[in-house]
Amino acid sequence: MHDSGDVKIPIGPQHPALKEPESFLISLRGEKITASSVRLGYNHRGIEKACEARTYTQDIYLIERVCGICSHSHSTCFVQAVEEIAGLDIPARAKYLRTLIAELERIHSHLLWLGVAGHEIGFDTLLMYTWRDREVVMDILAALTGNRVNYGINTIGGVRRDINAKQKEEVLKAMDILETQTKYYIDLAQNETTLLKRLQGVGVLSHDDAQRLGAVGPTGRASGIDRDTRKDDPYAAYGELDFKVISVNNNDVYGRTLVRLGELMESFNLVRQVIRKLPEGAISVKAPRKIPAGQAVSRYEAPRGEDLHFVRSNGTDKPDRVKVRAPTLANIQSVSKMLEDRYLADMPIVVAAIDPCFSCTDRMVALRDTQNRKKNTVPWETIRLKGIKWYKDKGVDFASLNKKLSASF
Amino acid sequence: MNEEAIKQELINKFPYLQEAITIKRKGRIFAQVPADKFDAVFAYAVKEMRFAALSAITGLDRGDGVFEVIYHLNQEGRILLNLCVGLEKDKLAVNTVTAYCPSADIYERELEDLLGIKVNGLAAGYRYPLTDDWPQGEYPLRKDWKGNLASKEVPDA
Repeated sequence: MHDSGDVKIPIGPQHPALKEPESFLISLRGEKITASSVRLGYNHRGIEKACEARTYTQDIYLIERVCGICSHSHSTCFVQAVEEIAGLDIPARAKYLRTLIAELERIHSHLLWLGVAGHEIGFDTLLMYTWRDREVVMDILAALTGNRVNYGINTIGGVRRDINAKQKEEVLKAMDILETQTKYYIDLAQNETTLLKRLQGVGVLSHDDAQRLGAVGPTGRASGIDRDTRKDDPYAAYGELDFKVISVNNNDVYGRTLVRLGELMESFNLVRQVIRKLPEGAISVKAPRKIPAGQAVSRYEAPRGEDLHFVRSNGTDKPDRVKVRAPTLANIQSVSKMLEDRYLADMPIVVAAIDPCFSCTDRMVALRDTQNRKKNTVPWETIRLKGIKWYKDKGVDFASLNKKLSASF
Repeated sequence: MNEEAIKQELINKFPYLQEAITIKRKGRIFAQVPADKFDAVFAYAVKEMRFAALSAITGLDRGDGVFEVIYHLNQEGRILLNLCVGLEKDKLAVNTVTAYCPSADIYERELEDLLGIKVNGLAAGYRYPLTDDWPQGEYPLRKDWKGNLASKEVPDA
């Protein structure tokens, strides 16, 4: 709860410490955070509603754009639900190829996170190194799918592109390069003072709080919750592959770093297994245009944790309802707990440590005045005054803050 | 405890669920629960059957005057128990489950914003995911909502 005696600082929705629009209201006593609350929704684009007006095939491309980082996570989660309702048994080779792209996506996402974490603690060399290395996996994704971010590999009934012998070799070479680099980052995480001092004991989330607040993915696994949908509720080819679920009991940002580094090593291992075991055969089966009436819940271990899609069909070529619950929505509720009694300066790395993706979470509605057939264009001054009024209604009066600041100089 | 044992335990405790539980496949159980019995079934599943983790809440408009709310509960990440409750359009209200699952808060705000389902007992807080100046009585996920706000007040930002 925010105490009226504390100083309240609004951070966001646009702020240099944040990579995406979200809004925090922080109560401070001195430099310490006494309470915080988060406001989301700035990226809400009405994708779930839009899905109901489009065919299942069109929806694959729409769903893939829920997120630019884990696009394959969402498209796979969606097609799995549709395939289940339609009773489609997709070819083994397609399952392996989905798994291959999934793990390559996890590698690029975790390396991206490691760079962001470095940046948030003022260690930009780490950002430069990891993002340089991340290009290796981005090139592989582009070579296999034709795209760096929205891969377009999934279709209902399987995948759209196969992999050839030369591409397999390129993938294996890339894994060797990235494994060497990741070992270096693991060594860095264990011995580099900058990382240890800035990450250990920061953003603490106890095991019980993580369970109570429903934390998922690396956020939960760094608080000792050894859950991973790939293991607990296997999909694609994961039931036939050997891998460990990485969990630690550090309960802090350092633990979340160790988990992601460990998961990178497991992903290299999984990619090699997929290439070695890749079954021969077709890569897709024909899917009906109209999907019989039914419903299914599909789960997927995205880089940030459990992704869940619910699909209900009505026998037509368009779904009746598509629900997307991205992992950040499950994890954001832990952030206030992590910030409790911490210093304001820790806030950027604590928020970044759940690897938030608010585009995923909010899934904008652009309003057009249909009578005048024009868009509403709002001048900058109107937005500024509206912002000041909005905060004043929330108890933050910039006019009085300005007076206080002037008086103190 | 496997899916069949979970189904049986629910039927033993709540005999009226005899015909209402379906095992769709391994790890997926759906139960249609009468609205007036829902709180008791939910509490039992969470406290006595270890379905303590709430993965999500889905709200939907069937388009025939009935809305549904589906609570996706999981047991240590493995089995999903989907508890569905049907609501008549003139009685769109459920009780909050935040006492059992604090993580329900944001999912319940979504029910209120997008479908206009009142969540009794939900603590005061920010709305989600729509903007503060979103017009009253406009619920985008209702089947009869076509997105035409021309006759309403159009937000200025």
